[in-house]
Amino acid sequence: MSSAPPTSAAIETPMQRDRATTIFERSVEGRRAAAIPAAGVPQEETPIEELIPAGLLRSQPARLPEISEPEIVRHYNRISRRNFDLDSGIYPLGSCTMKHNPRLNERVAALPGHARLHPAQHPARAQGALELMWSLERALSEICGLPHVSLQPSAGSHGELAGLLLTRAFHAAHGEEEQRTQVLTPDTAHGTNPASVTMAGYEVVKVATNEEGGVDLDDLRAKADERTACLMLTNPNTLGLFDGNIAEITGIVREAGGTLYYDGANLNAIMGHSRPGDMGFDIVHVNLHKSFSQPHGGGGPGSGPIAVSERIEPFLPIPRIERVEPSNGGPPRFELRGSAEHPGSIGRLRGFQGNFGVFVRSYAYILSLGGNGLAEASETAVLNANYLLARMREGRAGKYLPVAFDRRPMHEFVLSGTGAKKELGVKTLDIAKRLLDHGMHPPTVYFPLLVDEALMVEPTETEARESLDRLADAFESILAEAEEDPEILRNAPYTTPVRRLDEVKATRQPVVRQPLTD
Amino acid sequence: MAEASYPEDLRYHPEHDWARVDGEEATFGITWYAQDSLGDVVFFDPPEVGATVTKDEPYTEVESVKAVSDVIAPLSGEITAVNEAADTNPELINTDPYGEGWMVKVKLSDPSELDSLLDSAAYRDLLD
Repeated sequence: MSSAPPTSAAIETPMQRDRATTIFERSVEGRRAAAIPAAGVPQEETPIEELIPAGLLRSQPARLPEISEPEIVRHYNRISRRNFDLDSGIYPLGSCTMKHNPRLNERVAALPGHARLHPAQHPARAQGALELMWSLERALSEICGLPHVSLQPSAGSHGELAGLLLTRAFHAAHGEEEQRTQVLTPDTAHGTNPASVTMAGYEVVKVATNEEGGVDLDDLRAKADERTACLMLTNPNTLGLFDGNIAEITGIVREAGGTLYYDGANLNAIMGHSRPGDMGFDIVHVNLHKSFSQPHGGGGPGSGPIAVSERIEPFLPIPRIERVEPSNGGPPRFELRGSAEHPGSIGRLRGFQGNFGVFVRSYAYILSLGGNGLAEASETAVLNANYLLARMREGRAGKYLPVAFDRRPMHEFVLSGTGAKKELGVKTLDIAKRLLDHGMHPPTVYFPLLVDEALMVEPTETEARESLDRLADAFESILAEAEEDPEILRNAPYTTPVRRLDEVKATRQPVVRQPLTD
Repeated sequence: MAEASYPEDLRYHPEHDWARVDGEEATFGITWYAQDSLGDVVFFDPPEVGATVTKDEPYTEVESVKAVSDVIAPLSGEITAVNEAADTNPELINTDPYGEGWMVKVKLSDPSELDSLLDSAAYRDLLD
């Protein structure tokens, strides 16, 4: 068992004493990071005022921080050390798939032809990039079991919105846009599902969860009818449970005339084993940044491509990439097609072609693992989750943090902290905060909502057995502490750059900018 | 309010709401258990005076640091007053759920619905 980290609030670490600052607060007038030599190019004869309209010229110099290079490096290094990252320790954040980011992907993405490609480059001179995107589309098509792909959506939630706009276009083409106003989502759905539904102008209709943690078929039958536009589902769901009734579920909604949307957030459980297209889905979004490795969690960049069935294809966003075989037998060309070739399209979802660096990393990941490697990654993700759950059934975790819906999970599982709350007087939040003192990122907490005091754990395939053991040991140590003195947990964390944050104040009075002061 | 309490003079809905009934008027709020499960409440969205509420249906939302949750009406009727103080200071819902943390006052349309609500002992049984 791991020894318990410090518990004294009296000792301040050096990092706690060092208040976080912005780069502007470190600015000293006259400091420079580099001495830039005088321009060797002769000055233009024409004054700049005649070349650029007055409205676009600065009246005073830009306010930039003035700071030396070593201080710049220290500033950003200091900020990075105040963060918690996957390169520092386990990050078992449920439904987020915080897997290791292979360094090979970074090398490939950093190649100048990838990293310095201008988004406005003419397609004729960006053939390699378009070929990579086309090849990535084909790979995702195969993984999802659906024939057509668009890389445009830039996040999972953006993919959801795209899917609902496609749904609307599909029903409009069949004269049913007015009648189909409802989107069905299970009560275990990711929070983005109902949010996307509302944003797309649809009404959310919640479907209940049955005793086994899957979709309640009777409730679904009662709610799927001529008003149903779509069913949004993730399988395995947010409880980490694969719904064995999936063919019946998609059949009920298809019969009622709705489209079927698969939230790909949990794709890491099934890659190479089952395909949403084969389950009967029409539209799938893929979180490239989760399932196909990408540094994520700090706000981006993400990427949420969608794969769709034949009946949805006419409405896909533009531009679309087409591979053209020249008649003279030369190498294929890759061309962008717009509304002239695709008049039914819902149009553009964003500027340019998407977050290209994400495409490069994910394509490198898919190629380096191959089909069998992806299948093995999913197997290991499921194995790791089940090994960790077996450890969590032992000792104090088994006593105070029982698993919700006790079935064999896939790549993640959900524990309930009700026992710890009632018997030890500590909340899930307190346990999560204390984990930080063990150098571990806590699991997702308080989600899904139908589990009281939920802890949602997704270790991913890239954690070694020893790392899973350390996490289980840390839980044991924390719960043992709580038996002795629950106050230790209630005041945690002790060793992080900042202590327990005032979440109420942060929500009610968010300060999201710091004004520059003279 | 640190300790759980479920006053005897209130009637309870299984979705963790209470009603204090006085003839055809009633005051609604959420129970100690509800505010404890939600954690610190950060927003209370007061409904419109004059709006109709229906028993077992949501009539407003509260947001805590954890989640946004529907608040279910224990009885049916028309809203005659809302707690503006809880809009400004939503922490009242945590500190005094049965007093200053009340949510709406309602003119009841069917006082006989009261028979289906739980008394304090039955609600506490439900929680155990």
